[in-house]
Amino acid sequence: MTWPEFGVIALRVVLTFGLLLVLTIINVWLERKVVAGMQSRIGPMRAGPWGILQTVADGLKLFFKESITPRKVELGLYILAPFLAVVPAFLIFMMVPWGRPFMIGEQEVALQGADLNIGLLFILAMSSMAVYAVVLAGWSSGSKYPLLGAVRGTAQAISYEAALGLAMVAVVMFSATQGDGGTLSLAEIVDRQAGTWGDVIPVLEPILQFVPRWNIFPQIVAFIIFFIAIIAETNRAPFDLVEAEQELVGGFHTEYSGMRFAMFFLAEYVNIFSMCAIAATLFLGGWNGPTFDDALPGFISGILPTVYFLIKTYLLVFIFFWLRATLPRLRYDQLMTLGWKRLIPGALAWLVLSTLVIAFRQFGMPWS
Amino acid sequence: MGLVSEIWKGMKVTGTTMLKTIAIGPFGGSELVTTQYPKETRQKPQRFHGRHVLNRYPDGMEKCIGCQLCAGACPANCIHVRGMDNDPAHPTSPGERFGFVYEINMLRCIFCALCVEACPTEAITMTHLFEMSTTNRQDAIYTKDELLMNRDGSVPHMFPDDPLADLDELLVADGWVRATAPSGMAAYEGVEAWQATPGPADWAPEPSQEVLDLRSQGDSDG
Repeated sequence: MTWPEFGVIALRVVLTFGLLLVLTIINVWLERKVVAGMQSRIGPMRAGPWGILQTVADGLKLFFKESITPRKVELGLYILAPFLAVVPAFLIFMMVPWGRPFMIGEQEVALQGADLNIGLLFILAMSSMAVYAVVLAGWSSGSKYPLLGAVRGTAQAISYEAALGLAMVAVVMFSATQGDGGTLSLAEIVDRQAGTWGDVIPVLEPILQFVPRWNIFPQIVAFIIFFIAIIAETNRAPFDLVEAEQELVGGFHTEYSGMRFAMFFLAEYVNIFSMCAIAATLFLGGWNGPTFDDALPGFISGILPTVYFLIKTYLLVFIFFWLRATLPRLRYDQLMTLGWKRLIPGALAWLVLSTLVIAFRQFGMPWS
Repeated sequence: MGLVSEIWKGMKVTGTTMLKTIAIGPFGGSELVTTQYPKETRQKPQRFHGRHVLNRYPDGMEKCIGCQLCAGACPANCIHVRGMDNDPAHPTSPGERFGFVYEINMLRCIFCALCVEACPTEAITMTHLFEMSTTNRQDAIYTKDELLMNRDGSVPHMFPDDPLADLDELLVADGWVRATAPSGMAAYEGVEAWQATPGPADWAPEPSQEVLDLRSQGDSDG
């Protein structure tokens, strides 16, 4: 590896990490504002213009607070758990391409932390790792409420990760038909969603030339299942049984305070954003969109893909907030019913259906 | 599909509320309930019960005669009054006695205005001031020096330099006085008849019942 190559890799990681941190700080503020608006309030107004620095103020407060360690904890795991929450949360976003690659001299800089050829598998692995944080935090606290939260977290993660994975499989299989062989790389999946459906189905081109070639149109069922599953995966309302303030105090993080609590909090919001970013990447075409390369100066058309990516992601993030402000928490049996009796059979049926369609299109009808 | 439509029904409520709450956009904050308190204050109701004030007659005499009826009426036992005989040469009040000690513990006071109702001379009335927080308990016990109005009709403020202090609030008497004063009688409706204190005596008369009815139909602030 030469120095310029190393520099490019470092730049990619720093850019992605910085973007994620800044957006997370904004997201916490944004959620408070959106939920406040839905409840006829105005939300934070004092720190900075429209209270935009509220998260920074809260973070500073938590940073200087004492991290209390209760007497009964398993110290090693108790300290490890917040890191297990934060690190996978950041690593997940490293896989997401968030802008069009640009050139610095000879070197091409892809706006993506790392382009693994097993990107989606890595994301699934990391989101499973995040469950360990909940389980270990709950168990090592040596207290009853966190343990209950952790047990719920395990059951919830197992049941919803299955649906999440099955919905992803359907997209990956579909995406394989859109280009040269199957791929798990997110950059490649984004590239295959460039253009419009009019390019693919020439018969209907007059209508379809205005429909972007996003996976959501043929895979709408997979998208709905995926979206419900990522809400459960990030432990957000209405699936926030893991935290469940009214029943379990703070759920798995009841015994955490100060910076350690802040890390769980940070991980939750990082997870929301990166999961929505993945949904936007898989189903809404990632950073694809009209860039008007001829009409606009190079700088603006270079920025536009990132803007499209952020618009798509924030649309989904807003739905997260909206659902949180609207829906009451599911009961535990309702959660299990939805997961095992609705989502997983639904995802399996959709997988079989889309497999059959793909097979027939590729190999012809069995009777022909 | 029942579940989906039920969820959508709920989402519509929160969604439209948000559009109506944010100050920008076509609906322009019509459902916003928050007021940015220290920056903007709400219009207080006419009969708001705030801090007490001990009144004087226009010639400067104190109205309090030290009868302790207010202390007797007080359900929270927060008023402490001791009377004293007037010096015939230099009387403090027009009667035989005057209030020598007058203390109200604002931490105990429940602002029910029973003292105002009990007072035979309308010596104690209430104002619209409610920002009275202190950093120690002793400061919350208001003595006669702090409660009694000055000879020119102004009322001493505990923290006149405080950025939140609104000195005019102390000059607004609570509506109960106006409602039970002679102008509260049907014959005096719309007439300013209660003219006893030198300072805040130029307030508007109690509106007639018709006006109040119209107003309560128009808006709830009344």
